[in-house]
Amino acid sequence: MTPLLELDGVSRRFGELRAVDEVTLTVADGARHALIGPNGAGKSTLFNLVGGALRPGTGTIRFAAHDITALPEWRRARLGIARTFQHSSLLLGCTVLDNVLVGVQRDVGARLWPLGRSRRRALAVRCREALAAVGLAGRETHAAGALSHGERRQLELAMALATAPRLLLVDEPAAGMSPAETARLTTLLADLPREVTVLLIEHDLDVVFGFADTVSVLHLGRVLATGTPDEVRAHRQVREAYLG
Amino acid sequence: MKPLAGGAAVVGLVAAPWIAGDYVISLLAKVLVLGLLAMSVNLLTGVAGLPTLGQAAYFGMGAYAAALAARGFGAVGVVQVLLAGAIGAAVAALTGLVVVRARGVAFLMLTLAISELAFSAAQQWRPVTGGSDGRAAPPVVPVWGLPELRLDGLVYLWVLAVFLVLFGLVAAVVRAPFGLVLRGVRDNEARLRAAGYPVGRYLLGAYTLAGALAGMAGALWVSTQRYVSPSDLGFTVSALALIAVVLGGLGSMWGAVAGTALVVFTRDLVGGQLSGRGLLLLGAVFVLAVYLLPRGLAGAVRALRWRRA
Repeated sequence: MTPLLELDGVSRRFGELRAVDEVTLTVADGARHALIGPNGAGKSTLFNLVGGALRPGTGTIRFAAHDITALPEWRRARLGIARTFQHSSLLLGCTVLDNVLVGVQRDVGARLWPLGRSRRRALAVRCREALAAVGLAGRETHAAGALSHGERRQLELAMALATAPRLLLVDEPAAGMSPAETARLTTLLADLPREVTVLLIEHDLDVVFGFADTVSVLHLGRVLATGTPDEVRAHRQVREAYLG
Repeated sequence: MKPLAGGAAVVGLVAAPWIAGDYVISLLAKVLVLGLLAMSVNLLTGVAGLPTLGQAAYFGMGAYAAALAARGFGAVGVVQVLLAGAIGAAVAALTGLVVVRARGVAFLMLTLAISELAFSAAQQWRPVTGGSDGRAAPPVVPVWGLPELRLDGLVYLWVLAVFLVLFGLVAAVVRAPFGLVLRGVRDNEARLRAAGYPVGRYLLGAYTLAGALAGMAGALWVSTQRYVSPSDLGFTVSALALIAVVLGGLGSMWGAVAGTALVVFTRDLVGGQLSGRGLLLLGAVFVLAVYLLPRGLAGAVRALRWRRA
């Protein structure tokens, strides 16, 4: 399997805290890769390093065989790295449609003149598809600020999906969701085409073991183990550190 | 704004010189000019989420440029407006390199510093600006071949023509993809970066556009007043523009102009009959408006339309 994302000796410190410590990790193209670990293990920091919101102190990050360590966040996004945030991060003053549209229209984002009707319609179709996929069909004109918590999580995912990413970083999508919403979310993630590689952070281990083909366990900023769900479940250190 | 309401407003504005007296017309011209300034503030504050007290600096630079150009090569209005816009854009692009790195109160303070610097420069650079005496300018000639406009009504129509063009352009920018990106940055900057936008460049672009708009408003100011002095780029002008934007409703361009009308007519027309207590009255109006219309005039109209729907 060809690797899509490769982290090589990546570290990031905050003062004395080694949030991410010498992490070497490979995510295969098309993988369903989950990242688990207790709170403070460095999972979200790792996402920020991959997405580009943070720069690593040491180490290199390669994406599709390109060194992206020094690229700014927005360039990485345009290479095809999309992410959702742990705490919904939406444009609460804009409509649901505009939330998705802003990502979809990024190739023409600097246009000072409104788009023609046909191009606007084509973009809106892409947005509606993404919204329908997450179960928000018909909510296009609602204000994002009027959505419920679960709907915000769904919109968060639609925003990332609509940009047709190669790598999707999903940070705790099921947090605060009802069991029914979680089930739908799991199906949605599982049904994504294999051209989309998914790296998932999730505390709900049922979701993780039901979805992932590869699981990495992070503990105190280090990778404790990487393997198939069964291998990870059987791993002694992992059981001690996390699964209990 | 709905097309019907917009059309009615345009007809009313065009017909105004045949209806209203000279004083009201000159106030209305003031409203349009300061309304453009308020729109430039609104582009930054209401659309992009950057509270500014510095737009009077670019407004004043445009005004001085127009006045000096008029004394040097004649007061051709089109040339004045384009020149002032270019100068406003150029200075805003340069200062913006520093300013758009800041956010919130820091941004407000930096823009305030810029307008204070511009104010001092206008007062002290006497050979060019005439210091506190200011600079007078001849009556405007809209385009080559037309006579000088001396009547208030005619000057007003020239200002209105430029206003309508610029209003249309700004409305287009706000509806264009660029405008959506700015609203996105206002709501959630981190998300826009993660979505693939170099946010700093977009804000610098918005700052430059706002500078151009303020500069062009400055050129029109010289056409209406035939005079420019340091007080035209002082703190008061920036503050009034910001108040007008808040009164009108953050983010709404017609709201910014309506807010300007409220400010100008309260201060100059009603206030004039209260023997110079215009600013006091304006303060009272502002307090009332913030209590009664927390989303400004535009927000109130939106709420009315919702209730009817």
